[in-house]
Amino acid sequence: MKKIHYENIVEQVAEICKKSNYNLGEDVYSAFKLALQTEQSEIGKEVISQLIENADIAKAEQVPMCQDTGTAVFIVEVGQDCHIVGGSLVDAINEGVKKGYGEGYLRNSIIYNPLNRKNTGDNTPAIVHIDLVEGDNITIHMTAKGGGAENMSDLKMLKPSDGIEGVKKYILSIVKEAGPNACPPLVVGIGIGGNFERCAYLAKKSLFRPLGVRHEDPVVAELEEELMSEINRLGIGPQGMGGNTTALDVKVEVESCHIAALPVAVNLNCHASRHQTITLT
Amino acid sequence: MPKKINLPLQETDLMALKAGDRVLLSGVVYTARDAAHKRMIEQKKEGIPFPIDLTNQVIYYVGPTPAKPGMVIGSAGPTTSGRMDLYTPRLLEAGLKGMIGKGYRSEEVKQAMIKHKAVYFGAVGGAAALIARSIKSSEVIAYEDLGTEAIRKLTIENFPVFVINDAHGGDVYQEGVAQYKS
Repeated sequence: MKKIHYENIVEQVAEICKKSNYNLGEDVYSAFKLALQTEQSEIGKEVISQLIENADIAKAEQVPMCQDTGTAVFIVEVGQDCHIVGGSLVDAINEGVKKGYGEGYLRNSIIYNPLNRKNTGDNTPAIVHIDLVEGDNITIHMTAKGGGAENMSDLKMLKPSDGIEGVKKYILSIVKEAGPNACPPLVVGIGIGGNFERCAYLAKKSLFRPLGVRHEDPVVAELEEELMSEINRLGIGPQGMGGNTTALDVKVEVESCHIAALPVAVNLNCHASRHQTITLT
Repeated sequence: MPKKINLPLQETDLMALKAGDRVLLSGVVYTARDAAHKRMIEQKKEGIPFPIDLTNQVIYYVGPTPAKPGMVIGSAGPTTSGRMDLYTPRLLEAGLKGMIGKGYRSEEVKQAMIKHKAVYFGAVGGAAALIARSIKSSEVIAYEDLGTEAIRKLTIENFPVFVINDAHGGDVYQEGVAQYKS
């Protein structure tokens, strides 16, 4: 049985925490460049220009692109035939986050308890979702998720009779309500189906898919395109000051659900859509 | 072309600003976000004065990242202003003339801005590394125990902002969206 060492996980996690915050992904960078061509508003263009310059500075100087270096969220695919030695997976991830955020001069934004609000001082605990899969590798997907956009996210248990029109109407209402607060241009992550908690997870998971990559199911892919075009007609624009670039992309994940249910979750992401993936073999 | 404005804000400069204007700010601003606002207002209720004289001053809603060695400040973009709305009218009464943040303000804050002649600027959320370049000095002057949420005195030079809400009721969020909605 393959052995994967605790220390190896710690090191790799620390690295992706830094990388995700310093280096804006090519997918988002290309989306900025495209938006600069298609945005109609002068203020909107100026915003996008600043975001491109900001990404260049962050990468060149290896500093965080945004001061909100986020909640460290992980989706870990653990091969059922591998053996983690030296400690637990979740402990290793948290130690990696502590190391990466400390060494990388990233901001500690996590508090012990939402009611007493005292900072933990090392950005842990991370949010860790574990998927047990076939094989003997571990693949770690990480995102540094900003608080502003997370705060404008929402979940609703719709009625089956609301149908696809009800789903679209609800999603548009959430993007509209978020306006400038979620730091548009956005990446809109949507979960449809599952149950109450699974639906929120699906919305989050959809945000890990790179920009420009459509869902493999053509029906879902078409829904993504349709929502993207409708969201960009809302007029919100870059930073909410008006324009036709409100979403850089829309991602949808769909799963089975109960006959009585139509759960929909909208997880908004700001333009600092920071995600990294590594595979430990 | 952006307008250049020196701080503290002079009434003539402030009253000439219109929602949607691009502005480069230079001078001194003070940082404060959720925890600092809460403490300022709670202490004021107990009779303890604000730790800074707010007359004609500007507050920047920011919690920067730690500075790397040799740098003045870490990345320092705006945070969502609406979380400060509960406390803002009290600060405007005390002479505050400007705020820098991002996102919607409450109706109460907008009315208080008209009443007390104040302006709300938006910096580009997420442009934190770029914005940090216009910060020339940074010094913690109160509430050091709050860490990233402490009150800092920043000297800024050509700090890029847009006017979101002007002192006459203009609102770029409403006007801009109405213009581009299709």
